This record gives sequence, structure tokens and C-alpha cells, in this order.
Amino acid sequence: MPIALGKLSPPSDDKRWKIVGATMRRHGFSRNALIETLHTVQQSFGFLDRPSLQYVAQSLRVPLSKAFGVATFYHYFSLKPPGQHTCVVCLGTACYIKGAPQLLGEVEQSLGIAPGETTPDGRVSVLTARCVGSCSLAPVALFDGEVAARLSAKDMQGRLHKWVSA
Amino acid sequence: MNPAAPDVKTLRIDGVDVSARADQTVLEAAREKGLSIPTLCHLDGLSDVGACRLCLVEVKGTSKLMPACVTRVEEGMEVTTQSDRLLKYRRMILELLFAERNHVCSVCVANGHCDLQWLGQAHGLTHVQFPYRYPKLSVDASHMRFAVDHNRCILCTRCVRVCDEVEGAHTWDVMGRGIESSVITDLQQPWGESDTCTSCGKCVQVCPTGALFEKGRARSVVKDRDFLPYLAMMREGKR
Amino acid sequence: MTPEQLSQIGADEAAARASAPQRLYVCMAAGCISSSSDAVKKSLEAAVAERGLKGTCPVTGVGCMGLCSRGPLVSAEPAGILYQDVSPGDAGEIVQSLSGEPVARLQCSRDLPFFKRQVGVVLENSGRIDPERLEDYVAAQGYEGLVQALTEMSPAEVIEQVSRSGLRGRGGAGYPTGLKWSTVAKAQAATKYVVCNADEGDPGAFMDRSVLESDPQRVLEGMIIAGYAVGASRGYIYVRAEYPLAITRLNVAIRQAKHHGLLGTQIANTEFAFDIELRLGAGAFVCGEETALIASIEGGRGTPRPRPPYPAQAGLYGAPTLINNVETFANIPAIIRKGGDWYAAMGTARSKGTKVFALTGKINCTGLIEVPMGMSLREIIFEVGGGVPEGRKFKAVQTGGPSGGCIPEQFLDMPVDYDSLAQAGSIMGSGGMIVMDDSSCMVDVAKYFMEFCMSESCGKCIPCRAGTAQMYDLLAKISEGRAGMGDLEMLENLCDMVKNTSLCGLGQSAPNPVLSTLRYFRDEYLAHIQEKRCPAGVCAIKQEANA
Repeated sequence: MPIALGKLSPPSDDKRWKIVGATMRRHGFSRNALIETLHTVQQSFGFLDRPSLQYVAQSLRVPLSKAFGVATFYHYFSLKPPGQHTCVVCLGTACYIKGAPQLLGEVEQSLGIAPGETTPDGRVSVLTARCVGSCSLAPVALFDGEVAARLSAKDMQGRLHKWVSA
Repeated sequence: MNPAAPDVKTLRIDGVDVSARADQTVLEAAREKGLSIPTLCHLDGLSDVGACRLCLVEVKGTSKLMPACVTRVEEGMEVTTQSDRLLKYRRMILELLFAERNHVCSVCVANGHCDLQWLGQAHGLTHVQFPYRYPKLSVDASHMRFAVDHNRCILCTRCVRVCDEVEGAHTWDVMGRGIESSVITDLQQPWGESDTCTSCGKCVQVCPTGALFEKGRARSVVKDRDFLPYLAMMREGKR
Repeated sequence: MTPEQLSQIGADEAAARASAPQRLYVCMAAGCISSSSDAVKKSLEAAVAERGLKGTCPVTGVGCMGLCSRGPLVSAEPAGILYQDVSPGDAGEIVQSLSGEPVARLQCSRDLPFFKRQVGVVLENSGRIDPERLEDYVAAQGYEGLVQALTEMSPAEVIEQVSRSGLRGRGGAGYPTGLKWSTVAKAQAATKYVVCNADEGDPGAFMDRSVLESDPQRVLEGMIIAGYAVGASRGYIYVRAEYPLAITRLNVAIRQAKHHGLLGTQIANTEFAFDIELRLGAGAFVCGEETALIASIEGGRGTPRPRPPYPAQAGLYGAPTLINNVETFANIPAIIRKGGDWYAAMGTARSKGTKVFALTGKINCTGLIEVPMGMSLREIIFEVGGGVPEGRKFKAVQTGGPSGGCIPEQFLDMPVDYDSLAQAGSIMGSGGMIVMDDSSCMVDVAKYFMEFCMSESCGKCIPCRAGTAQMYDLLAKISEGRAGMGDLEMLENLCDMVKNTSLCGLGQSAPNPVLSTLRYFRDEYLAHIQEKRCPAGVCAIKQEANA
């Protein structure tokens, strides 16, 4: 049975699905809009889960395995819900030679988690970035999206402590 | 040979004069002439991806090695398919594959029916210089008739292509990237729970190793290699 | 919009400036924003209002001023007095000084070699115009090149000027731009595409980001001219999702260009029609490779495919496609406006024009620079960049990112151009220059880049997928003092094999950082292997190795 475009019902009655639907409509429900749509889902919900992948794939008539293949190919997409706060440590070359490994070491020591993980209480997620393009301020990290420049391990400790103890 | 026919190209492969249609690849032209070039990801009847790099050949006039499976024949081309350099690279590629996951032939369901094993033997591979990585990967036996052992998978994507291009189900694809890549069914769910799989078994037949196999059959018949020529014929008919 | 309307915008803007010659420029590019330049801008606005100067001294957010390490930067116009490390508390003093002497305590001399030695083509408007106002760009001769191309030149004449300029692709490989354009122009097809590669992925490089944040209209103009030259009516900009500010400004720029009839149908009152859409990348370095980028725009996994066919013959959706990077397109408006010969007069015999570099690492003046091709590394690092800080010793400069190499001291007097860099075992790449001093270990640097290539490998071809993983393991073994000489030989064999057998440029160039460090710093590898010692003291040698 062919499904009429845009007639599939979303996984829930959450209002944010309207934004996702708008993105798909804007691209005429074209298969080529898969990545654009996944961006909208992640922007709206913070991550991609299986029900949302299934909904997007079926709406755009993309095979399920292809959608999953795309979602896991790109590191910008996350299949896990993010913590309350997110710290992204830049691992660009300039940051690396100016002490990014020490910053990561501090994260592991302070939170007991490795990059890509979230603390068990769901407070803080730690990620790494290939390069955020703020090389002249190296080493940098992003705290909930705000760039912090010329970080020392001590600065890192202080900022994480604020989140954990808040 | 008819030099007037514009769609016929003449070239030399390993010193042998070969004529081929303009739309043929170097691999096709060589095999028609009985010259062998090793391949793994290529399969007659499926689209080519140029991924395994075993069919790389030398072409006079360019320093770049060209994959024979996707390189079109050209007039006056001079191709070398066997050289010390090519043999060295092919051996290393095979060694990288043997070391990437787990390929202990003696305990593999495909022992004696495996393309990787044959190629290893044909290239005189007696030992692997690289450390075995042995990632501990899963075996999914949830499907009624078939099973997938990721430890044996070489990511040639023949299963992905046959499922998409011939069966039209597109149950298989690749997830992740780089050394972490793996083949998946649907949303990486157990194969047995796949809604799209038609249980046609083509993926099992085209798999060159023991990664995809039929459950509960005697070792000697886990792969029905007689099926493969029909695959190409079916595709020809479709074109 | 007609050419007359366009010059009217420029004239109106010039008149507005004449009526209020005094203005304060605040750098609002990513670097300075992360040093809180937005707060500086707010307090300057407040200080101006407080003194009743609101109508006569506008405070304008502009693009990158270059010297990112001294940010936030503020420039008092028309005198062009530059202030560095400005904090919101300095606002009153700066505004006060407009009618008197400059604030000496904050002043940064414009006579620094950092500024004096630069030549602005791509960055000519950077730090001088508001990137979110099309009028600013037009007042700086923006879109003159486009109007000239559309109304006075044939597509072939446009390509002729680009060819004459000698411009080579600024994405890294240096393919002649004119040749690429004429290949796409010659392709017979009803539909063609122009794609701007803004998926700047080299770690330690932010040239394209700065151009997009500082002067986005320039990139649009370059693309529209390209569309006219090759016969395309649709363009895509593939931009990294990690660059939110660049995305915002591109969206503003596209909206304004559409509003003013510079995108859409009947551009500059001609029959030419062109539209541009953004496509967001999603964090995959390999998508800088042309065929992978196309796969990604089409919504798939960004895996490269064998070439030929080249994108110029069969690219996006199977149509002939012109792909250039941001900096390449940003050069085009000036080349059309001033002529190919003007551009070709700069640079060296085989590398024409200027090049933008991101100067980072162990160097005093970190930031963005644009210099003529052929300037020596020594001039760039020690004059423009002000040398290595803390009295430490220069060791190497890394160019070309994960596809490039480390260039040691003995090549400092080498001119920086495509061919010289290649001869020294590196590549021009997109323009990242990371300076390293004697506190960096070259084995560690090679390991860093191999880890990068391993996790950015798409996994399609075996040499790159499994080869980079094996090479990474070997480098880790060496850096930990667990390796023998046999491992070094195996590493060199793998470098040779991966370089020659990989499917795409990522794999083919992945061994470069290892090969170049082996070539110039082999003693460091030997120290790790034979003496179980890291000369720079960076690598953690495993205890059992010493026993």
C-alpha cells in the first residue's frame, strides 16, 4: 500500500514534530532531504532515537537501514540523549599541542567519564570536537555551546564543579 | 578485428592483445580473454564500488594504480595486472583483512568455500605480519534460517548491493564508519525481527566469507555457489 | 535589480558614511565573540548613547580583524586606530578619546609586520564591513564584478579571465580553477550545479569560517559568477554544522541577496537566473572529498566513489558539477573586477595571487593572515607571526592538516607555494599553519594525525579502513616505547601501501604526516624505539618497556 506523502503519523503528539514535518515538506519529502531532516530532529529533540529515525525514514521513503547508516556515519548526530549540560573539548591540532589532552585528563578525573559518555546522574555529557575553528584561542572547550578560551586544567575543573554541585 | 567499428577498443593486457567493447571495463576485457585479476567486492551482476582494491592494475602513462573493475577500456591502453609491486600490495591487503577481525579458517563454516581463503592461498599467504585485532563482535542467529557472524565480515557490501539492487528490499546497509563500520539489518535490529527481509537468501549466497550462512546445514553446502551465474544473467535481462 | 539600482545603493551608503565619518568597529567574528566582544559592543553602544553621539558615531559589528590572539578588537574609524584586549569597562574611555588622543594603554600598532606585510584580496573587506548588511558590501565595490560579468562579458570571457589569473583551487590540491570551470562549461547537460565546499575540516584551520563570518556576500558573488560562466542555475553551499555563526550569516546574506534581486531570476536585469541553498554537513572530514560531499548533499553516507567520472562530468544528481572551496570563490569577484592579469601579477610563477593562512600553535600573533604566494616561511612565522613565544626554539610547522606534513627549520627560507611545499613533503592544503616548538614530540604529532585519519576514514576501502588502524597501533606502540625496529619497517611498508592503493585522497594522504616526520625527525622515532625515551618528554613511556 503506498503511503500518501506526509500522512504518516509522528511517534508522539509532541509539538516539535510539526517543525520536523515542516522541514520535510519544504524539501517536498525528497529522499535527498534525509540529512536535513535529521538535523531538524536533533535540533528539536537533542538526539535521534529509533522511533524518530523510523518515522523520518518512512516519511521520506528511505530504507530503514540506510537511515540508520546515515545517522551513525556522521559524528554530529547522537543516538543517545544528552546530559543536562554538555562540555565539548576541542581536539584540533592547535588545541592538541597547547594542552587539550590535559583538559580531557581533567574531565576523566573530575567526572569519571570518557568522551562520548554522560555522567550516571545525567548531569553532564562530555564530547570531543575535531576542530571548532577557534584555533587562535587554543586550547578551547565549549560549555553548553559557549566557547571558553585558553583553558587550563584548573579552569576546566572549576567549570565542571559548578555544574556538578549546582 | 575491425578498426572501423567505433565502439571496439584494442588494448594490451599483460602483453596480450585484447579487443573489447567501449563500455567494458578492464576487468571484463581481461576475464573474457582468460586473464585473471583477483577481486573481492566485485560480483558479476552487481554494481561496482571499487572498494577492495585487489583488482588494482598498472596502466602505462599514469603513476596511479587503477581499479580494473571500474576502469573503462581505452584505445591503445597498456595494462599490467601482475607485477612485484601489485603482488606485494595485494598480499598486504589480504593480510589486513585477515588481521582485521577473526578469520580462523579451521573453525569457520565457510572453510573450503571462502573467497578470502582462496585468495590467500592463491597469493601464497602463509602467515600474517600484522597483529590480529580480534574485536569481539556479535553473532546474530535470530533469523529462522540464516545467521550473521560479524567476526567474519570483510565489509565487501555484496549483501547490501544484492539486497538493494536485485531483491529490492534494502534490508542491509552499513552503519558507523572506518574500522567501526558494520553491516546491519534495518535499524540495527536482530535480523529475525526485520520487517523488510524477504528471507530470499541472496545475501547468504553472495557473501564471500563465512559471515552470512544458512543455519543447520552441513558445512559443504552452506554456500550455493551455483546460484551466482544466474545472478548476472538476471541482471543482464533487467538492463 | 538593475545595475543602476545597485550603484544607487553604493552611493547612498557612501553618503551615509560621509555624514557620519566617525564610527567604531567591533570585531564580531567567532574568535573575538568567544572573548566577549558582544559585551564590548553593548557597552560601546551605551557609552555612545550616553554622550549623545548615537546619530554621528555608529557602533558597527564587523568581521574578523585578523589578530585573534589580542581580541576583543575594536577599531576607531576613520583614523583606523586599533584597540586590543578591550573589555566592556574600557568603552567610556574609547568613546571619550574620539575627540582627542587615542587610548595609549589599549592601542595596538597598525605598523606591526602582522598588518604591514599582508595583502588583502579575499580578506579586503574583512573587519571593515558589517557582514550582515548587503549595503556595506555594495559600498565596498561588491557585486560590481557580477554586474560586469553579466552585462559586458560572455561566459567564455569570464572563464578566460579566471584562467589568466592563474588561480588554483584553494581547498588544497591546487587544481587550476579556470580549467575546472571550462570543463564544466563544456559539458553538455540541461542542468548543472555549482557547489561551494565550506566543510572546512582540517583541524587547526579556520580560513573559510572567517571568510563566511566576515564577508559572506563575497562568496555568494563568486558562486553566481561561476554559475553564469559554466551555465548552472542552482548552487549549494555545503557548510559545517559546527559553524553556527557562519550559517546564520550565510542565511542572512542569501535572504538579502534574494531581496535585492541578486539571486533569483533576471539578475542585474539580464536573463540569467541563479539560486543558492545551504546544506549542512554533519561532522565527517571525508566529506571534503568531492564525491563524498556530493553523496552527502544527496542525503547519503559520505563515502567517496572512484573517479572517473569526475564531478565536472557527472556530479550532483548525475549532472555536471563545479565544486570549489570558499576561498576560491571569494577570489573571483576581485579577479573579474580588476582582471586576471592584475591577480597573476602577484605570487610566483606557478602559484599566483594571495593565500589566506590560519596561523596558530606556538606563535606570538595567532590569527588569520593573507599574504602573497611565495613569501617565505620565515617571513610568515617570524615577521608576520612575531615568532615563537617564551623564548623557545622553533621546531616545525605543520601545513595541510592530516593530509600534509611537518616542515623543519632547514626549509624556513623556502617560498610558500604549491610546488615548494610538495617538494618538502607537505602540501599547501587549505591554509592551516600550526607552529610547533621544542616541547612537541614528532612521534606524538604523527600519532595524533593518524588517530584523526583512522576515525575519519569512511571505512569503504580496505587500505584506509584497516591500514590506518594498524598504523595507529604501531605509532602508539612506538610512542609508548614498546616497539622494535621491525615495527618501524612495517610502518613504512604500510605508509607506502596505503598511499598507493587507497580509494580517495583521505587514505592516499593519510601517511603524509608519518612520512614527513620520519624524513626529518627519524632520530626521534629511534629514540623512542632504541632508547625507550621521548626526547620532548611528551610521550608516556611504559614502565615495563624500560625494565
